Parts: sequence; C-alpha cells; structure tokens
Amino acid sequence: MSIKEPDRRILKHRLVPEHRVLSFEEAVGILKSLGVKPWQLPQISVNDPVVRLLGAKPGDIIEIKRRSPTGGVSIAYRLVVAFERRA
Amino acid sequence: MSFRVERFSEPFVIEKIIFGLLSPQEIRKMAKVTVLRSDIYEADGSPVVGGLRDPHFGAIEPGERCPICGNTREECPGHYGKIELARPVLLPHLGDTIYSLLQATCRRCGKLLLSSERIDYLLRIYRRLKEKWPRLAEVMVNNIVKEASDNKECPHCREKQFDIRYIRPIIFYERKPEGEVRLTPIDIRDRLEKIPDDHVLLLGINPKRARPEWMVLTVLPVPPLAVRPSITLETGLRAEDDLTHALAEIIRQNEKLKSFLTTNAPEGMIEDAWLTLQHVIAAYIDNELPNIYQLTHRRRRPLKTLAQRLKGKEGRLRGNLSGKRVNFSARTVISPDPYISINEVGVPVEIAKILTVQVTVTPHNIEEIKKYILNGPHKWPGATFVYKIRQDRKIDLRYQKNYRQLAEELEPGDIVERHLINGDIVLFNRQPTLHRMSIMGHIVRVMPGKTFRINLLVCPPYNADFDGDEMNLHVLRLEEAQSEARELLLVEKHILTPRYGGPIIGGRQDYISGAYLLTMKTEFYNLDEVSKLVSRSEKPVHLPEPAILKPKPLWTGKQIASLFLPEDLNFIGKSKVNSGLLKCDNEDCLNDSYIVVRSGKLLMGVLDKNAIGAEQPNNLLHIIALEYGESKARELLDSLFRVFIRTLEVKGLTIALNDIEVPVDAMREIEELIAEAKREIEELIRRYNEGSLEPIPGRTLEESLELMIIERLQKLRSNAGEVAIKYLNPFNDIFIMSKTGARGSDVNITQMASMLGQQTIRGKRITRGFRTRTLPHFREGDLSPEARGFIKGNFRNGLRPTELFFHAVAGREGLVDTAVKTSQSGYMQRRLINALQDLVVSYDGTVRDSWNNIVQFKYGEDGVDPSRTYHGKPVDINRVIDIIRARSSEGES
Repeated sequence: MSIKEPDRRILKHRLVPEHRVLSFEEAVGILKSLGVKPWQLPQISVNDPVVRLLGAKPGDIIEIKRRSPTGGVSIAYRLVVAFERRA
Repeated sequence: MSFRVERFSEPFVIEKIIFGLLSPQEIRKMAKVTVLRSDIYEADGSPVVGGLRDPHFGAIEPGERCPICGNTREECPGHYGKIELARPVLLPHLGDTIYSLLQATCRRCGKLLLSSERIDYLLRIYRRLKEKWPRLAEVMVNNIVKEASDNKECPHCREKQFDIRYIRPIIFYERKPEGEVRLTPIDIRDRLEKIPDDHVLLLGINPKRARPEWMVLTVLPVPPLAVRPSITLETGLRAEDDLTHALAEIIRQNEKLKSFLTTNAPEGMIEDAWLTLQHVIAAYIDNELPNIYQLTHRRRRPLKTLAQRLKGKEGRLRGNLSGKRVNFSARTVISPDPYISINEVGVPVEIAKILTVQVTVTPHNIEEIKKYILNGPHKWPGATFVYKIRQDRKIDLRYQKNYRQLAEELEPGDIVERHLINGDIVLFNRQPTLHRMSIMGHIVRVMPGKTFRINLLVCPPYNADFDGDEMNLHVLRLEEAQSEARELLLVEKHILTPRYGGPIIGGRQDYISGAYLLTMKTEFYNLDEVSKLVSRSEKPVHLPEPAILKPKPLWTGKQIASLFLPEDLNFIGKSKVNSGLLKCDNEDCLNDSYIVVRSGKLLMGVLDKNAIGAEQPNNLLHIIALEYGESKARELLDSLFRVFIRTLEVKGLTIALNDIEVPVDAMREIEELIAEAKREIEELIRRYNEGSLEPIPGRTLEESLELMIIERLQKLRSNAGEVAIKYLNPFNDIFIMSKTGARGSDVNITQMASMLGQQTIRGKRITRGFRTRTLPHFREGDLSPEARGFIKGNFRNGLRPTELFFHAVAGREGLVDTAVKTSQSGYMQRRLINALQDLVVSYDGTVRDSWNNIVQFKYGEDGVDPSRTYHGKPVDINRVIDIIRARSSEGES
C-alpha cells in the first residue's frame, strides 16, 4: 500500500488546527493528569493526512490546539491508532 | 425501605453476561422431551404426550407436580424440549455472518484464505489487541475478512475458490464456471465444521462459545410453557400462544420431511419440504424477514414470533425493560390556580387517599401517625396499611374495624402506609418529556376537585395549557429520593434553564398585560386600591411615602412593583414596547420604555415581556434568579406576579369588534392601495405575456414573475396594515397586548382589521386545485392575485367564498407540517438521547462516557454551565459597568 505523501501546505490551511506530537514524558504527564489509560482518549487514524505529515506512529499522543467559539483556544488530545474505525 | 429490603434481599450479583450459540449437545442435554406431534390436546382435553404441551415441559396447572423436578408450578422453573430436525436448517438471523465465513474460508479444507505465516502473525496481534483494545479488534476482524475474501485460491490446499451469492435470509449459491449451484444447509454445515478454531477466532468468533457449524441447526430447542403460556377463555376454550402455533407448524413440516425421507420420495418433493421447513423456522425466529412466507393466524394476522417479542416500542426491550408501568402514580387533567406557589401542585383528595407514603414510626412522630390510623383508609389524611414489625404482620386497614385499638398498639419501629399529605414532595411530568424541566418536583397541596392544579407560571417549562392537557404524578417513597428531589428537582431550581442561559419560568399573556397596566406611568392608586392589590401577594410589606401627597395620597404602580424587588437591585434594560414611536436608546427616555431599577426601586420604564416574560434571557427575572438566587426569584413569582393578576382583575382587559373597526376613510385608503398594487401586478403580467419582463438573475421568467408579484403583495399587506393601525386607537386592549408582548402581533391586528394578505403553500402562491386554475371561479391560466390565493378581506368584515377556501388550504398546510415535524423531530430526539444519555461531566471538567472514555476535554470547551450565565456569557460586561455606575452615583447623592 503506497499512498502519496500528503501536501505539506495543508498544515498551514486555516481550517486545519495546530497538531503536535507529544514527547513520551509529556504524554505520560497528560494521561496521569486526566487519570486515564491511553485507550480512553479519543482516537485519530495513522492515515490522517496531518498525522502522516507529523510522522506519528500508533501509540503516540497528539495535541491539537484549536480555536473554539466558546472557549477561546481549546486543547484536545488524540491517540494515534493503526486501524480505522468501521467505515 | 428497611422492611422490604430485609425480607427480599438478593444475595447474587450479576457480574457479566456472555452471549453465544447453543451447541446441539447442549440443546439435547437440556431438553427433557422430544416433540414429535403437532397436535396439542387429545380429544379428552389432556395434553398430548410428545406434543407441545407435554407435561415434561414443567408444571403449570395449580396442584400439578412436575415430572422432571417434582416441584409445583410455583417452584418449577419450566424445562426445555427439542425437535430433532430431519435435515439441518440455517439460522436466518446469522445469514450475514455465515456469508462472510464462507467467503473467507476455503471450500475444501475450511482454512482461512491466508498463508499460514500471515495467520500466525495476525493471531499474535489479535490476541494482544483483544485484551486491551476490544473495539480495535473488531475493526481488525473486518479487515481480515476483507483480505481473506479477496483471495481466489486457497494458500493451503491450492483449491480454486468461487464467488458466493447470498439471497437473504437463507439461500446461498456458489458461482462455478459451469453455472450457479445451490449450497444446501448440509453443504454449509460441512464447510463451517472444517474451519479450525484459531481461524474462527480471527474471524471475530469465540470458538468456545460459538462454533460456526452451530449456526446451522440440527436440533431445535422448544421453550418451556412459561415462555408461551396458553390462555383459557371464559368460554372454556383454550387459546395457545403464537409461539406454540409456530412450533406446531415446524413439527408438521419436520414430520412431513421425515416421512418423505423414509419412504424414498422423489428428490424434488424432499427439496421442497426441506425448503419449507427452513422458511418456517426462519419465520419462527423472525416473522418479518424479507423473502419469507409469513406465518399467519388462519389467514390474516401474522404471528408474533421470537424477534417480534423483542423488537419495537412495545417489545420486551423498549416496552418492558427501558420503560415499565409504575405504581404510586396518578394522572388527571390539569387546571390553573394562580394562588398556589409555583413549587406546589394541587392534588385531588380522592387521589391523595390512594397514593401512599411509607413512614417508620418513631417516638417523635407516633402521635401524628396515630391520628392517621384513627382516620382509617377512607378519610383523608389517613393510612391504608400498618406493618407490625415485631409480629412480622401486615394489616390492611380496609378490613379493620377497630382503628382505635390499632392506634393504641402502635409502637416505634412499625411502618405505616399513610395518605399523601400537604408538604410531601412528588414528581410531576407532562409528555412529551423533551427536556429535564418536563419532570419537576412539586410540593403536594391536597384540595377538593378532580384535577391537578398548577401555577400558571410553570406552564412554559411543561409546555402545558388547560385545553384538556393531562399530567402524571409520581410519589417519592424513600427519604433519600424525597430529599434529593427537594434539593435538585423542585420547580424553583429550574427557573433558569441550561438550554440557553435564561429563565424558562416566567410570565405569559395576562401576567404581562397585568404588569404593564400596573406600571404604566399614567396610573396612580389610592390607599384602598394599593391595599387591594398588594394584599394578594400575601407578603407583609411597608408602603413607602406616596408619590403624590395632596389632595390625597396616591402611589404609582412602579412603587407597588418596587415593594417586591430586592433592595439593592440595579437593572437597566429596554421594554418590549421600546420600538417604533416609543423607541429610546438610553435613560433619557420620555416614553417610559427604558427600564431603570436603582436600589430596588423601579424608577422608570414599564414592566412587560422583556422584564418579566418567560424564555426572555437577560430580563429582570433572569437577573434576580441569577444574582439573588432561585428562592428569591420564586418569592417574586409567588408575590409580585399575583399583584399583576390582581391588577388585571381590577382594571379588566378585553377586546371587542370595535377595537378593530377602521373608519370609512381608512377603508377607502386601503382600497386605493389595493387598486394601485393591482395595476402594477397587471403590468407585470402583461410584460411577462409579451416577453419583455426582465428576469431576476438566476431565475426563470416564471419564477421571476412569481417573486415580483409576491414581493409586491407583501408590500401591499404591510401598507394596508399600517393604514389600519394608524387609524386605530393605540391604547385599545388589542394594542396593549401586542405591544407588551402578551399576545398577538401587528400581523394579527392587520389580519383582523385590514387584510389577510397572500396565502401560501411551501412559500409559493397557491397553484394547485384544477389543472390550469385553482378554482372554477377563475379563468384558466389566470395569474392575478385573487386567483392565486391573495385575500384582500379581513376577519372583521369576513372573507369571500374563494378567500375562505384559500385560507383553509394554507391553514391545512400548517396542520400537516406540525404533525409531520413532531414525529420526525421526536425520532431524532430519541436517537440523540440514546447516543448521549450516559455522558457525564466529571469533577475535572471532562466529559466522559460510562466506560470513562473521554469525549470532550472540557465541557463545552469552556467548562461553563449555561444556566449560570447571562444568555451564554459568563460575565455581562455592560451589566457590570451599569452596576458600578449606579453605585457610584448613589455615593454622590
């Protein structure tokens, strides 16, 4: 399965919020502060274009900073997973 | 309560439920009888041995002993039977699973169509995944099935694979080069048998719980009689359950097939009988499957078989488990009572005597409870049952003569079932229960009459009116439930809604007109009148110095209203009447339409919908509920609002025909407007006909014409309305109602006094009816306003026949729309609730589901509770500035 690398410009698109792969220490800290196991986080596919550009692997945790109409900037975390959910 | 818990405590806890398939061995093991005969009773009425009412199914008659377990009918759990099928049959509801199993495995060796190495690799991953990520394991299975099904040659035995065609629910074909060949259940079972356990696992099935070949029945379990009870009609005739009928049909077919097989009948007949058996068994499991002959009751009504028992609104799940009938509830018509608190509900004595609460007798309440017992079950407030705890005895007061003796013998620890009394808390509900305010806690107030009484101010949250609405009442019987309801569910706790930040409870209709009439700046009240009004509030107040001292002391309505406002309240806002001629944008307002409250004194502005109305965010009521607490708001609703009603009672508010009577001059003016519009539209139509009409960009010529006509007629109506309103007395009661927002709008007034205007269907002029015209009164193809549903008449002077017809047409559309919308939005609501019902905002502000999975990292992304906001905003900066300004000016003076 070889799919073309996604266009890097999507990272700058105004509708694509800022994604960042957390370091192991950060990830552990986040999980601890939320009191959850990794699989209790929302998930994001490895095949997501942004995730592929970031080079994240299954098991990584991605931090997404996005603008929210109610909360100003809101931060969400996503666990990278290998299998996509039911199509 | 303790009495019941002690006696019926359940020592077992269900830890988990495992779903799987029954193996033929298990079915045979649990079966205590093999059913061979389709008839149920012998001629003498005794059950047929080896029939569907064989005594071995368990004891059901009173006094009968079960031949299997030796119990009577109370204790016997019932026993399964079995039907040995002459040939195997597919389980119809598993057709899709069977289909994917057949596709993913080899037709000869039964192995998964993947190489051994790949299988080992996948197995390793799958086992790990299954443990920690069960959801992902499911997804993996789907991918494995897809991957294996694409393989056209078995990697293990090199057998060529063929496509399989599946016709729901039970027919399978294999596409061989020489043509399609039907796969019989025997073929399918053979193939499924061959799949190795490990490979089954990779296909998402636990082979210990459900071997694939068990999806093909060889023996059918027959449920005990408790599952399919027969009923005896008054005539003495027995009626069997639908399941029994379906099973009898299965036996008939099975015996027929058996006899064909033993007599070496022609192959075709055997095939036919076998197929029929499959259909009948499929119908036994689900009688609504496609491509199946439905089993019916002597022609006509389809049988209710297994799936039908579970499915749908009245099925086991939705009808008996998610929702059940309950005890200690009541339902009756509601009617209004403005003089009870919004927290209360008026309960008829008759109902209060039936609904009961259990109270434990203590030294503190024993005297009170004795009184209930002395009253007995038929006199309110009384009692219906006494549980003597020491004697472990239940006494029904209905069959007791000597209440006095019972009262004497009462001792602490006994439990008494007493009538509902004033001060009890109950749940009150009106369907449809669309939001949490549809069920609220009310304090009982027992009164004569046969209806539930509610304060009018709680109509908005329930969306109730009194045109025959009924409501349900549920008694809370445990102290824990009662105090929980008092803290969380009481009406006053729901004045502010979480739906949008604002008050959902508040004035409507008469409350608003009343408030306006009270606080108008033309109104003054002498001591007598003030007393009359204020006394209705049932709240002691100190009258301030009258606004006018001589010739006699007079108070303003604003002074009266101020008596009930919090002392340090500061508020600024626009009235509803603040529009048109009465428009003001700041405190410099001569129209009395800008509300100013300083230190709890209403200094300026009338109170109307924008101050005290329900569902009006950021109004006076909202500010009080938010900043002074909900109980303060409730006090206001229970006192000031009664004064509003009283004002209305004293002054009167009514409408008459002459309120909407416009002078002849006005009618002439309106006629002129109509004539003018008609001319213009005729011109448009003429230009359209000769083709010189310039279409609106993006529209066809016809659409353009329609749009232009509609626009012109819209203008005509509003012009005509303005003329009428100009001539009407702006202080008549209709205008008071529409301007204050109590009821009605300018459009309604226009329709009554001036003209109804264009009637529409789906936003277009009316074109349906006959082929080329709407009614026979018009020429074919007539595009003029009156031929397409324009009504120049009004309600006061009456409509012409054609106008009335068009009005009815448009009115019907409205009715149809509401009927369709409610059912659709109801179903949408149901799906949303099912999806979201167990989401919870945890203490750390995250939103989680019942498995503690995180759904949202901060509730609403800002962690704000909307019911504690100013219409969604946690802080209202303008209000803060107003308050500071008010306080600083206070300091100056």
